[in-house]
Amino acid sequence: MNEPVNLTINGVKYTAEKGSMVLKVARDHGIRIPTLCDHEAIEPYGACRLCIVEATRGTRTRIVTSCLYPVEEGLVVQTDSPRIIKNRKMLLDLLLTRCSENKVIKDLAAEYGLERPSFREEYWEKHNCIVCGLCVRTCEQVVGVSAISLVNRGVSKEPKPPFLERAKACIGCGSCYYVCPTGAVKMEEKNGVRHIYNWKVEFKLKKCGKCGMQWAPEAQLEFIRKKWNLEAGFFDTCPDCR
Amino acid sequence: MKDKVAGIIKKYGGDRSQMVSILQDIQAEYNYLPRTALDRLSKKMDIPQSQVYSMATFFRAFSLEERGKHIVSVCLGTACHVRGAGLILESLERQLHVKRGQTTPDRGFTLESVNCMGCCATGPVVKIGEEFFGQMTNDKVEPMLNKFKE
Amino acid sequence: MPGKLKTAKALAALHKKLAQEMDTGKCRISLCNGTACRPYGSNPVAEAFSSEIAKRNLADQVDFKITGCHGFCERGPIAIIEPGNLFYQRIKTTDVPEILEKTVLRKETVERLLFRKDAATPAVARQNDIPFYRNQQRMVLGNNARIDPTNIEDYIAIGGYAALAKTLFELQPDQVIGMVKESGLRGRGGGGFPTGTKWDTCRKAHGDIKYVIVNADEGDPGAYANEGLLTGNPHSVLEGLIIGAFAIGSHQGYIYVRNEYPLALKNITLAIEQAGKLGLVGKDILGSGFDFSVRVNKGGGAFVCGESTALMASLEGKPGEPRAKYVHTVERGLWDRPSCLNNVETWANIPLIINNGAAWFSRIGAPGNSGTKIFSLTGKVNNTGLVEVPMGIKLREIIFDIGGGIRGGKKFKAVQTGGPSGGCLPESLLDSPVDFDSLTRAGSMMGSGGMIVMDEGNCMVDVARYFLTFLEEESCGKCVPCREGVKRMRQVLTDITEGKGRESDLELLSELSAHLQDSALCALGSSAPNPVLTTIQYFRDEYEAHIKHKKCPAGVCKSLIKFAVIDDKCPGCGLCVKPCPTQALIFMGKKKPVALDQSKCIKCRTCYDICKMGAVSIE
Repeated sequence: MNEPVNLTINGVKYTAEKGSMVLKVARDHGIRIPTLCDHEAIEPYGACRLCIVEATRGTRTRIVTSCLYPVEEGLVVQTDSPRIIKNRKMLLDLLLTRCSENKVIKDLAAEYGLERPSFREEYWEKHNCIVCGLCVRTCEQVVGVSAISLVNRGVSKEPKPPFLERAKACIGCGSCYYVCPTGAVKMEEKNGVRHIYNWKVEFKLKKCGKCGMQWAPEAQLEFIRKKWNLEAGFFDTCPDCR
Repeated sequence: MKDKVAGIIKKYGGDRSQMVSILQDIQAEYNYLPRTALDRLSKKMDIPQSQVYSMATFFRAFSLEERGKHIVSVCLGTACHVRGAGLILESLERQLHVKRGQTTPDRGFTLESVNCMGCCATGPVVKIGEEFFGQMTNDKVEPMLNKFKE
Repeated sequence: MPGKLKTAKALAALHKKLAQEMDTGKCRISLCNGTACRPYGSNPVAEAFSSEIAKRNLADQVDFKITGCHGFCERGPIAIIEPGNLFYQRIKTTDVPEILEKTVLRKETVERLLFRKDAATPAVARQNDIPFYRNQQRMVLGNNARIDPTNIEDYIAIGGYAALAKTLFELQPDQVIGMVKESGLRGRGGGGFPTGTKWDTCRKAHGDIKYVIVNADEGDPGAYANEGLLTGNPHSVLEGLIIGAFAIGSHQGYIYVRNEYPLALKNITLAIEQAGKLGLVGKDILGSGFDFSVRVNKGGGAFVCGESTALMASLEGKPGEPRAKYVHTVERGLWDRPSCLNNVETWANIPLIINNGAAWFSRIGAPGNSGTKIFSLTGKVNNTGLVEVPMGIKLREIIFDIGGGIRGGKKFKAVQTGGPSGGCLPESLLDSPVDFDSLTRAGSMMGSGGMIVMDEGNCMVDVARYFLTFLEEESCGKCVPCREGVKRMRQVLTDITEGKGRESDLELLSELSAHLQDSALCALGSSAPNPVLTTIQYFRDEYEAHIKHKKCPAGVCKSLIKFAVIDDKCPGCGLCVKPCPTQALIFMGKKKPVALDQSKCIKCRTCYDICKMGAVSIE
């Protein structure tokens, strides 16, 4: 363990490992900080800004994203100061304007007292994606195939398959679907085929030799089998039957 | 084309950090970034296709569509804006019958905008190819374009 | 050119030789062929000089040098003729033979090419007597006129690389850092961070491999100070960079030049090549044992890449997305290694500090803001161009004494500094000193040096909308506040300019501004509100006119203005009729005022600009 440091969160003293992030330390101690672009298996990104807190070092206080701010000796953190709440509310106001019909965003906004966007109705949009990048980052960091990426920049930035065609490198594992915080990735299984519509891919599901259940895409299993040098036919039976 | 792309990659030592320069050389060669060139680049440098596509779409210098013979760049920098560059752009859009970022159907002209070329004293400025046209006014647009029409 | 210089002595000897060769006593013509002079046709003029001199066999009578920016871009093409410091402006190719015959051969001036403030004022012959130049302190940019940037020998002839030799053989890294600290030099890219402190932190950071980077991604629209410097004197930047690398302990440098500066790219690349041939960059520089190599990287057309972490991402071959800077880039930057990034102008000041001393530098400018700053003075001033002034000079002095006041006899309204991260300052602040802290206090910032002057014909609401439109296009899109917030601000401002503004809009804009300042990931987002906040603060009445009365006092916002023919001023000459793109103007016969069909008018201002009688009104 790295050297321990003492810090204060919301008036209470804690000890944490030097270099760990404020968000993790807070969560380890049951302090709730909302996030959207954060996931424990992925490197923090700092895009959604929802996890902002006020951090004071000596005499200097600033607003930082707790997912990326390392703890240090004597740090004083406020997770729900009026200034933070105001900023989170405006953040959700902006997200709600973009995703005016998305349930996850609507619920989060309601938590902060926001029933509808402050902006004119002509500005409201109906996206589901908040461009948190989790799908792309997961595909790169966990799955390792980088089948999709964030394309364009600015307001038209979004996750897309290369050249807006079928994502050839995709193995159909569905990690992007599981990790998406707003349900913007649409995945469906029909007739033994898994579809991930956003990346224009479809995968035949492998049938278990024993119980007949269709349990995972063939392409994904083949990818894993090759990566870990497992013998052919390793995945012919599903985990339950093995 | 395969050899050309390979040649460009070799020129930069296959160094990923030179990606922007590599893409620019490819664009200089073909006047845009052809799909086949990007596929070749992805394969040769062992970079996922998705990441090459990200680079090509993030930077405004790149065009994934074929561009016209003459690239008409209007400067929309602040100094040019306060001197009426916006109206020059509109005038060009009217004369060429395309919007900013588009290419004329005969592929004669592509109309683009740039945010400052560094000729602020002579603004508003339009650049066609390598030629600069300074102190533009609406009435100068048609004669300027005529120089390049065939 | 000789081979590698293997000792400091060899450099000194070469300098002596070249200095003597430069001082021929011959007539010397320095013609600017920099980027800003090109639209004026400086290139054909340069070619005319070369061919005429050759044709008339005058090479033994005159030294002709093609240089980078002299600063007075408004009057280009310009040339300076020595001896006598003679200044010629607006030179045409047809003037060249006369210049050679009269000025070179007969030592006579060509009167019509001299600087004249206006037709009524007498001409000024000497460059240093021209108010534009007289009120400046051109210690960094001034050398542009003396050297051909494509020939390293010129730079060495005027003493170039002596500071490097001194550093490598007479100073220790800590001493160099001490000098830079003592000089008080602050970053010239906009941040104004003390350069010496930055270097010190980088030097002390963990890691054997460190990088030094030149930020030449001058993206602020309207600022081209870096361009003029990098194109006109690339070696000054290179020399400063190598000195910095030595001080920090770096052996690898990068120069990131934006894509839109082809001439700067060409000149710095050539400069590195030539310096390499002389052993001034590369392995074992001047036989000192110090190795340093440098690479030029091109930008891809992204303003956000001027931000240090985005620039480094781009250097790594990735899209230019900034990242959190809770751990500074001097500790973990390019490829997670200690990286010292500084602006072009910052690096160019270093050789001056080494040669003349920290105390000398600290006495120039103002307390806490030492040295000079190069500004690109543009917009509605008479004398547009690149100006270099000591820090602390008043805005009024720059705009009126150097800039020559507002063109066309119009009235000053605002000056915009700091690009899209800066703000618009009104007349009441004209006596503010120009330094990092004063500008920030006023709500603006120094930025990289853009200074755009506006007059009564500019609408401040439109200016705010313009900057937000720019930022919306340049936002990387990573964080919600900037990506979504800037877009909404732009939408609100557009609605205001179209007469759809609401009373609650100003408060909404203020709230959104505060949010961006607090929560955006990088400085692009957090400073995006500045143009809006300053224009609301200093020009609130204009906003209210747009929102409450649906009027645009400056006559700019199309939805709120109407063009009309002033009947008693219109002589019926019909000059405006043909150029009208929609045939909205109808010729009614000689001596009868032209008629305007409002239904066809698209408010393009063509008629307004063309009419010599002032017979078009904007209501």
